[in-house]
Amino acid sequence: MLDATRHSFDQLPNRPGVGYKPQHFTDIMKDAGPVEWLEIHAENYMGQGGRPHAQLRALSEKFAFSVHGVGLSIGGEKPLDKDHLARLRDLVSWLNPARFSEHLAWSTHDSHFLNDLLPLPYTADTLSRVADHVSEVQDVVGRQMLLENPSSYLAFSESTMAETDFLNDVAERSGCGLLLDVNNVFVSATNQKMNAYAYIDAFPLDKVGEIHLGGHDEDEDDLGAPLLIDSHGAEVVDPVWSLYHYTIAKSGPRPTLIEWDTDVPEWPVLAAEASRAAKILDRLPA
Amino acid sequence: MNVTQSEFRAAIFDANLPIPEGLTDPDGRPAGKRFSVYRNNVAVSLTEALIAAFPIIHKLLGDAFFRALAGVFLRQYPPTSPLMMFYGTEMPDFLKTFEPVKHLGYLPDIARIELARRHSYHAKDSMPIAPEALQNLPPERLMAARFSLSEAVYVVTSDWPIHAIWRMNTVENAPKPAMQPEAILVTRPELDPVVTGVSLGAARFVTALKGGQTFAEAFEAATTAEAGFDLTPLLGVLITGAAIIQIQEGSHQ
Repeated sequence: MLDATRHSFDQLPNRPGVGYKPQHFTDIMKDAGPVEWLEIHAENYMGQGGRPHAQLRALSEKFAFSVHGVGLSIGGEKPLDKDHLARLRDLVSWLNPARFSEHLAWSTHDSHFLNDLLPLPYTADTLSRVADHVSEVQDVVGRQMLLENPSSYLAFSESTMAETDFLNDVAERSGCGLLLDVNNVFVSATNQKMNAYAYIDAFPLDKVGEIHLGGHDEDEDDLGAPLLIDSHGAEVVDPVWSLYHYTIAKSGPRPTLIEWDTDVPEWPVLAAEASRAAKILDRLPA
Repeated sequence: MNVTQSEFRAAIFDANLPIPEGLTDPDGRPAGKRFSVYRNNVAVSLTEALIAAFPIIHKLLGDAFFRALAGVFLRQYPPTSPLMMFYGTEMPDFLKTFEPVKHLGYLPDIARIELARRHSYHAKDSMPIAPEALQNLPPERLMAARFSLSEAVYVVTSDWPIHAIWRMNTVENAPKPAMQPEAILVTRPELDPVVTGVSLGAARFVTALKGGQTFAEAFEAATTAEAGFDLTPLLGVLITGAAIIQIQEGSHQ
């Protein structure tokens, strides 16, 4: 029998979600406030059992989930790590999340994992490699993935393509969707002396299945130019909220995630960020 | 100028190497400090992962010293897998040979307890046997049986008073360690791993059971290691620790 009040968990609602942190388990189970879905970093749930899995079992009764990989190294020069890909497939088939996403970045080389999202040049060669890797991931995991735009601190002189064209072409070739991190756009645009709004205008918004928002740190480069660092350790700043508003006014509402991964605050602080996203989503014309 | 990922990685881990040519700021000048963002991200994130993995070693050595040590460790042993929950397997060996802490002989074994706890935390879930199943088994059948233990069970044995050192750093007003060999057992009654001090014989007993030996063989090994080995307290620890998941009888396995 269909229960009309039960959420449908086969897709993420076009509402706020948060990056799930175990210390918020009790708060979320009691009253998640404006938060309607949760995202986990896949690698943190690749143990065999215990509390991480027990929490997911309980939470997945109440919330739609997104699985966000941070260690697949899709931009790597070498073939993808088959063992890791199999772990990802197993996690996705066990949890059956509404969404699965990864990054346009590399993190593993010659079996050394660097635990950071490292940049790649945008050329015809890297485009074929990334599109092939994305196709392989989708074949093994058995579903469409979303590929996320990175935050960047430097440029490659060998690059021949704009990032927006690169992402669009990967999506066209592999059939993947895109995850648009609006904070990353702001960080990269500042660091690369580009216009963040022009980036959004050039972005294939029809392919965006999810949006990320997060905080960043401010620094300066050797010559005193602003250098923003994507830290996920603070509140979303006002200019990023404005850019987000501009984006969804163009794209229509999208599932919107607040990411906070370092110096994780108490639940009410995170819930307040989600409320702010909810208010902007609410103001969109129906 | 094309930058390979080999070059990029090498320059991340070794700040003495030049920043690869072909990495620039928006105006085409050398990347400089912009590359250091990646160097810093990698070093900080791996250091934080080690602090999370070894909270007691971190406490014993102090934050500044541990961070310096982590900086050496992460260059010697960068992660070989994206599963950061298990990063630091080589820490006990590293602590044995890292000159500034070589004299602290107990440190490697404390690190082994921390690794055991972490593996226990993420171990496969299992259903323990009912205590009656053990109590109702006649002695001769018990002696011939083999026990399957939960994957969350770990044993650490040391020439040092590791349980007392562990307690001093995890509970208030714990007594000072006396210089003697000690052993601990990690169990996971539900979701949180528990560290319990056990006798050296008990440690041998559990290790033998984990290795697939019969109850009788394990008992023999325990009494060889510890004259006067008393099984009763250990069985209590195993039962409350949800450690026994199956009793296999008969010679076939």
